[in-house]
Amino acid sequence: MKIVASFCIIAGIFFFFTGVIGILRFPDFFSRMHATGKGDTLGTVLVLTGVALYNLDGGCTVANVLVSIKLMLIGVFWVIANPTATHALLRAAFDSGLMPWIKHGEPVIDWPPRPGEEE
Amino acid sequence: MEHFFLAISLFMGLLILLSLYRGIFGPTVFDRIIGMGFVGSKALSMLLLIGVLYHRIDMFVDIALAYSLLVFISTLVFSKHFQKRGAI
Repeated sequence: MKIVASFCIIAGIFFFFTGVIGILRFPDFFSRMHATGKGDTLGTVLVLTGVALYNLDGGCTVANVLVSIKLMLIGVFWVIANPTATHALLRAAFDSGLMPWIKHGEPVIDWPPRPGEEE
Repeated sequence: MEHFFLAISLFMGLLILLSLYRGIFGPTVFDRIIGMGFVGSKALSMLLLIGVLYHRIDMFVDIALAYSLLVFISTLVFSKHFQKRGAI
């Protein structure tokens, strides 16, 4: 059980590390959001799973099982909440007219989007 | 096993310092918001590791629940506040 918990926590740390590399190195806001929105969610859920498994290692008493269930409920809440926050923030940036990555004097995608493709 | 959790917590503190760069020097206000959200989610994981180190995980899990709600609601409120066009 301890080995599985350690593996989960190390995998979560790996996803956090890739998210940090993405947030530091990507060129504009939208691609930074791509890095953080996924790596952050999966890393947090993996660390929560690892801590819950490590907590169950001390014996399957009622208190330990309740704490582990509460940890997994925080994980379920985080899986729902973090993509929602990411989506709201991206929609806010899109509505406020933030420009995407500009390379050689022109945007790398069609900008502004043609009417009908928005929403 | 305690040394393992201590090393993981220290490494996560290093990651918090690195992502705080985007929170302070971000070119737009949205970069600052995602930087601080990233710091918040790593602080949530670090809080649970500190709870394992202190052998009081039953207390720290409630603090982590309140903290996750706080990070989620603060990101939503900031994004609603900056949503109108020309806010940046």
